[in-house]
Amino acid sequence: MRDVLTVCCYCGCGCGLYLHVRDDRVVGSSPSRNHPVSRNNLCVRGWNAHGFIHDAGRLTEPLVRRNGRLRPATWDEALQITADALARVVHEHGPDAVGVVASAKCTNEENYLLQKFARAVLGTNNIDHCARL
Amino acid sequence: MTNSINEIEQAQVILVSGSNTTRTHPQVARRFYRAVDRGAKLIVIDPRRTRLARHAHIHLRIRPGTDIALLNGMMRSIIDENLIDDLFIQMRTENYTTMRDMLFGIDLAQAAAITGVPEKTIRRAARIYAQAQRSVICYCLGVTQHIAGTGNVQSYANLAMLTGHVEQEFTGVDPLRGQNNVQGACDMGALPGVLPGYQSVFDDAVREKFARVWGVELPATPGLTLLDMTHEAGGGATGLPQAAPAIRALYVTGENPLLSEPSLNGVKKAFHQYDFLVVSDIFLSETARVADVVFPAASFAEKTGTITSSERRVQLMRKAIEPVGDSRPDDWIVMELARRMGHAMDYTSPAEVMEEICMVTPIYGGMYHDRLDREWGVQWPCGGRNMEGTQYLHKYSFARGRGRFEPAAHVEPAEVPDSDYPFALITGRFYFQYHTGTMTRRTPILERESGQPLLEMHPDDGRRLGLRPGSVVTVASRRGRSRFVVELTDRVAPGNLFTSFHFAEAPVNELTIDASDPVARCPEYKVCAVRLEEVEPC
Repeated sequence: MRDVLTVCCYCGCGCGLYLHVRDDRVVGSSPSRNHPVSRNNLCVRGWNAHGFIHDAGRLTEPLVRRNGRLRPATWDEALQITADALARVVHEHGPDAVGVVASAKCTNEENYLLQKFARAVLGTNNIDHCARL
Repeated sequence: MTNSINEIEQAQVILVSGSNTTRTHPQVARRFYRAVDRGAKLIVIDPRRTRLARHAHIHLRIRPGTDIALLNGMMRSIIDENLIDDLFIQMRTENYTTMRDMLFGIDLAQAAAITGVPEKTIRRAARIYAQAQRSVICYCLGVTQHIAGTGNVQSYANLAMLTGHVEQEFTGVDPLRGQNNVQGACDMGALPGVLPGYQSVFDDAVREKFARVWGVELPATPGLTLLDMTHEAGGGATGLPQAAPAIRALYVTGENPLLSEPSLNGVKKAFHQYDFLVVSDIFLSETARVADVVFPAASFAEKTGTITSSERRVQLMRKAIEPVGDSRPDDWIVMELARRMGHAMDYTSPAEVMEEICMVTPIYGGMYHDRLDREWGVQWPCGGRNMEGTQYLHKYSFARGRGRFEPAAHVEPAEVPDSDYPFALITGRFYFQYHTGTMTRRTPILERESGQPLLEMHPDDGRRLGLRPGSVVTVASRRGRSRFVVELTDRVAPGNLFTSFHFAEAPVNELTIDASDPVARCPEYKVCAVRLEEVEPC
């Protein structure tokens, strides 16, 4: 069993918690004793922050819509179809016809790359996330 | 937050508005209770009698959407009793005379009539807040999710400046952020108007700086907000300028607008118009189901990176396990897309991305991973590797120099109850669930505790309509309908209903209105008019 110190994935309090890992599965979470915010305390969501990680419904492979239905595809196919489609829309309708929705669940680094992708690669300021809910 | 979470414990007066803190920010609520144990006074502004409101010294139970009227009343009372902080106003603020003149026109009896809070209570709350040395304001989406959201926030800032309750330890204005990294996503410029660190995209010098680092010219055209991207272009209710270009392709990461955006019928129409929709998520959400391409993303336990909490604390989230199945972190996905579109982003690790962020973002100047790995995170602004973080903001001056009073006038919600739609519906969150439930509803313990789309109704209304706890009702607004299970509770006032947007089988956003604040584009999730249609007694 390994314990990995990380930060809770739910609200904006930013509690420090340990994820307990056994055989590459996260099997539990518990508060960090010395963390300045959580101070050995978590709410019910924090105690269960690991609960959805190995849910059977997790997406484990890319999906592409073919004949109206989402079908498994390789990463290469899914990425290339997306890159081609975005490039086509930019070419035909201009960059402002594409929107990017970043995520308050993604890291700072990922959000930085997403807004850079929108502005530097697509050429649009149509980038936002769910800051208002 | 201008303060840190731990500072709240030392406050003498805590004014909480539009926040069900014990439910949504339990760690912050812990500090409230500790402060009260030490003798602090707790004032709660909320249309609902939340658990916190029950424990408050004063509960200002306002009619939904009347914050500005209440605050103007409080400020008038503070001026009347000469409890203003003259020195602070003189040294640190501007536009005070306009503010004062506006307040002289405020009639407390009228404020009481608009808000439903007795004049005497308004005066008492104002006195308590103004007289203490260390008063802190904490607010949440109950303040912002209104068509007057910007005016609401400015009014809280006006109140704090009028009494000098900013710039010091233990006193300030603290918006509580709802998601683990909503602060960081804003900080990183995942907003249409700003680049990382709130640097304006309309500032030529800023764009030039980023163009030098990124090696491309940057667009100066205004971008669309989420609300505008996900509602039919030019739709009257959203107030979108008719000339705005329609979105033809949308790339969504870790969001579920088809359940979370207001007035879902409009959202569905917009999604129908897209030529191409790509969604990156950890589950097949309602939004992913209608996508053309779905990327399986890695969860928070499967990647390394930083996130920023409400108190501006940038912390390292560490990878615990390898990504489940063939899922990948979003940073990898974005870099692959960029490469295929002819703009290589060659970062070897999130730490390297952060080095670039440090370089271009002054408030994140010292947030290097190796440093964050050794500390409990660092609070921005932090200008460089050897600099300390910042416990509280606005110490000697405001970011813009002087704090500007922005007088605001009461605005009625876009839709108020009438004879056809007699109830005011308020939306928010439950304790055991979170947002659209993609994570919590798959967590057995949480789902067990709160697996039903409950509709909170006052017992008097329930009795009048012959409803009992567990009755199933169809609730309709002018935009759609949805079915809920009745819970009778005096948490809501008579004439008000409350429910949450966690449940895909009872999408409350079929009902909500897409009217929004004209500045912040924040939808008015907190009030819309509804009626009960079908009623099935249990």
